Amino acid sequence: MAVVRVSGGCYREQTGYSMAEPQTKTSTARKTAGKGPEPQAAAQNLHFRELVPPTMNIDFVGKRYAFIIGSSILNVLAIVLFVTIGLNYGVDFRGGTDMRVRFADPTTASAVRDELSGLSLRDLAVQDFGSTGKEFLLRFEIDEGEQMSSITQTISGALAKTHTGDKGFEILSTESVGPKVGAQLRQQGLMAVAFATICMGIYIALRFQWSFGIGAVVALAHDVLITIGALVLTRLAFDLTTLAALLTVVGFSVHDTIIVSDRIRETLRRNPKMDLADAINRSINETLSRTLLTTGTVLLVLVAMALFAGSTLRPFAVTLIVGFITGTYSSIYIAAPIVLLWTDRSKVAA
Amino acid sequence: MNPGNVVYRLAALAVLIVASLVYLSPLVLPADVPLPKFLQREPLHLGLDLRGGTHLLFTVDVEKAVENNLARTADELRRELKDQKIQTGDITQEGKTLSLSLSSPDQRAAFDELVKNRFPNLVMSVQASDGPPVIQLSPSPREQEQMRRFAIDQSLETIRNRIDQFGVSEPSIQRQGDQDIVVQLPGVQDPQRAKELIGKTAVLEFKLVAQKLGPGTEKLQAANPLPGAAKDYDLEKKVLMTGSAVADARVRPGTQLEGPYVELILSDRGAREFEAITAENVTRNLAIVLDGKVFSAPVIREKIAGGRASITGSFDIKEARDLAIVLRAGALPAPIKIAEERTVGPSLGRDSIRQGVVSLLVGGALVVLFMVYYYRGAGLLADGALVLNVLFMMAILAAFGATLTLPGIAGIVLTLGMAVDANVLINERIREELRAGKTPRAALEAGYDRAWAAIRDSNITTLISGLILFQFGSGPVKGFAVTLCIGLVTTVFTAVFVTRMYYDWKLSRRQLLSVSV
Repeated sequence: MAVVRVSGGCYREQTGYSMAEPQTKTSTARKTAGKGPEPQAAAQNLHFRELVPPTMNIDFVGKRYAFIIGSSILNVLAIVLFVTIGLNYGVDFRGGTDMRVRFADPTTASAVRDELSGLSLRDLAVQDFGSTGKEFLLRFEIDEGEQMSSITQTISGALAKTHTGDKGFEILSTESVGPKVGAQLRQQGLMAVAFATICMGIYIALRFQWSFGIGAVVALAHDVLITIGALVLTRLAFDLTTLAALLTVVGFSVHDTIIVSDRIRETLRRNPKMDLADAINRSINETLSRTLLTTGTVLLVLVAMALFAGSTLRPFAVTLIVGFITGTYSSIYIAAPIVLLWTDRSKVAA
Repeated sequence: MNPGNVVYRLAALAVLIVASLVYLSPLVLPADVPLPKFLQREPLHLGLDLRGGTHLLFTVDVEKAVENNLARTADELRRELKDQKIQTGDITQEGKTLSLSLSSPDQRAAFDELVKNRFPNLVMSVQASDGPPVIQLSPSPREQEQMRRFAIDQSLETIRNRIDQFGVSEPSIQRQGDQDIVVQLPGVQDPQRAKELIGKTAVLEFKLVAQKLGPGTEKLQAANPLPGAAKDYDLEKKVLMTGSAVADARVRPGTQLEGPYVELILSDRGAREFEAITAENVTRNLAIVLDGKVFSAPVIREKIAGGRASITGSFDIKEARDLAIVLRAGALPAPIKIAEERTVGPSLGRDSIRQGVVSLLVGGALVVLFMVYYYRGAGLLADGALVLNVLFMMAILAAFGATLTLPGIAGIVLTLGMAVDANVLINERIREELRAGKTPRAALEAGYDRAWAAIRDSNITTLISGLILFQFGSGPVKGFAVTLCIGLVTTVFTAVFVTRMYYDWKLSRRQLLSVSV
């Protein structure tokens, strides 16, 4: 029979791989190969590059309680982080003013702060933005009625004293948002994420079954919480673009849940008598390479984005990376076991 | 498989590719190459974050507009009560409610009649009190809603007039939500002048049309010259009356025969001025000039006393509305506040484009290499589909005139990574079917058929979140939602249908002896 074993490595070339591979399917294979005017499948190369060998058989749902409890603890931690430390809201959600400045020569945040200390800018914070020592984010509050451009001028004046020369420094952008708009947006943003999550659950419930919808919603809530927790810890700016990333996480993380659910349904249709836990395990194993690959290809472009797309998009890319990885994890270790815990087995195959 | 069918589909695909390439060709052609008319010099509209400029968000205090409106109604009510000799105590306004009490209860019926006939939009309620009952009047919810809408329309129009004078190329002035107005000024780095211009009140003047030219006359442009009509007017330089004389201007439906007209209501002082002007200049034309442009020059038919004038003419309801807006433009109808102000310098925009393109190329290259390595022939096919995908996305963006923002570029990069997911699902399924011993042809059929449900579902879920994002987001983020959604559509087309077409074509020529996956 099959010669393929789990080798532990990632991709591997297989040698000596006979045609009929998985045990149960041998008979079908012989049947098809023997009939019809089609050219013989013998010409077909069955040596694939494989991330996960087809014989992979991990008991994913066996330790479901351990994973659900472990993930729940992480989620609670994320909530605690969110409530106690909180997100590093960008100007969109916080209100106030952000000014991005680029200096010709590297400097430090405290040096920049010193240069601006005479200006009595309210709640001034200076952040190294591109971690090159050249790009800084100045944050401050302005009072109603104060003119942004006059503040820009005073800041320019103060910086020009030290950073002389034609290209000593450059104000890249300024953004100023009223506090009311910010608070309103923050609430709407969280609503949008919650709404999207519920929409996904409803869609999955309609396409599959109630329990799959529940599993998807729980898994998504998990992904969103973990991602928020990561954002709190990394102190990446949470602005409208990051929120867009979070909504995308909701839309994308459910892909793996779909792949797995689709396969569970198919497995149960073919083997109506199969135990649900076995069916789920087998389905996850069989689709493991594609869940890992689909996330993997997206991670390839996201890593490129995080590295090359500049400081504006970095929080966006990092949010997606964290969210998509947890999304794949939760599809396997959260969504599927919840289906098992919830399901009235007889309906799944229907 | 019908071979002819495949040929037609391939031909259609070829047409699409050529059309997209032609449409996008100005992007790579040197600027001095003459273009045929149907091509745009810059097919992709860049957002402010990429080309630099200023974004301003104004919030209109619409509630204040309702109150101002009610205050004017109170003035009118006072006049009417005086005319009809109905005695009342002081009319007081608190927020959106007027309160008064009648001096003699006998006049209650007359008062009710007056309100019903002259102020049908006021809702009346009576509160018992120690003295005479207190009558409260407030605009009906529908009327309030209309006032709010009016305030926004008026503000939008006024701001647009100001920006037009500012001389920015391709400004964008749009309403957002219920009470916000977004102004985008590409290329403007110092928004101060723009803000001053928007904030300042419009100059509305009334001048006589000159009977003969001379040193005391000037030529002013018509704001909306009708075809065939004069493009400019000769006016006397002397300003007879300014916008401060105007209390209000409203569109009235009028009779069937005459059509809608504009009712001009003057302030107390304005009424006296207007009476004098009209008395002296019957039969002459009095031009309405807003910021140096002539909007209308109606003829004075008679001496007009009492502070109310109707401007009739053969307007349709829109023209009447526009004129009313001009007349009211002496002041913004409600206070406006700047809620958001964003300025992006030109170098940040240039950097963003460069970095966006680099990440697109690097990310794309990684995916392309991985797919070829992992799926060999099928990977190469998926890569071809990926190239077409980007081409079609750009062409659709251009065709819809959508705006490309930095998050929009991120959306394209992300699409590169997600697009091949469909191919992964298909190819994995094909492998599975091959392992089960199916012929290449049967494996292909099964691969596409069985992978389809998951591909469709995952694209729909992403589309749902894209649409929610579009609904929620503004500016740059909307750009992301747009490219994400367009990308989903092009992905299904290229990654599923186009790759399938290739196999069908091979099958139709009976060339498909094995599949390289």
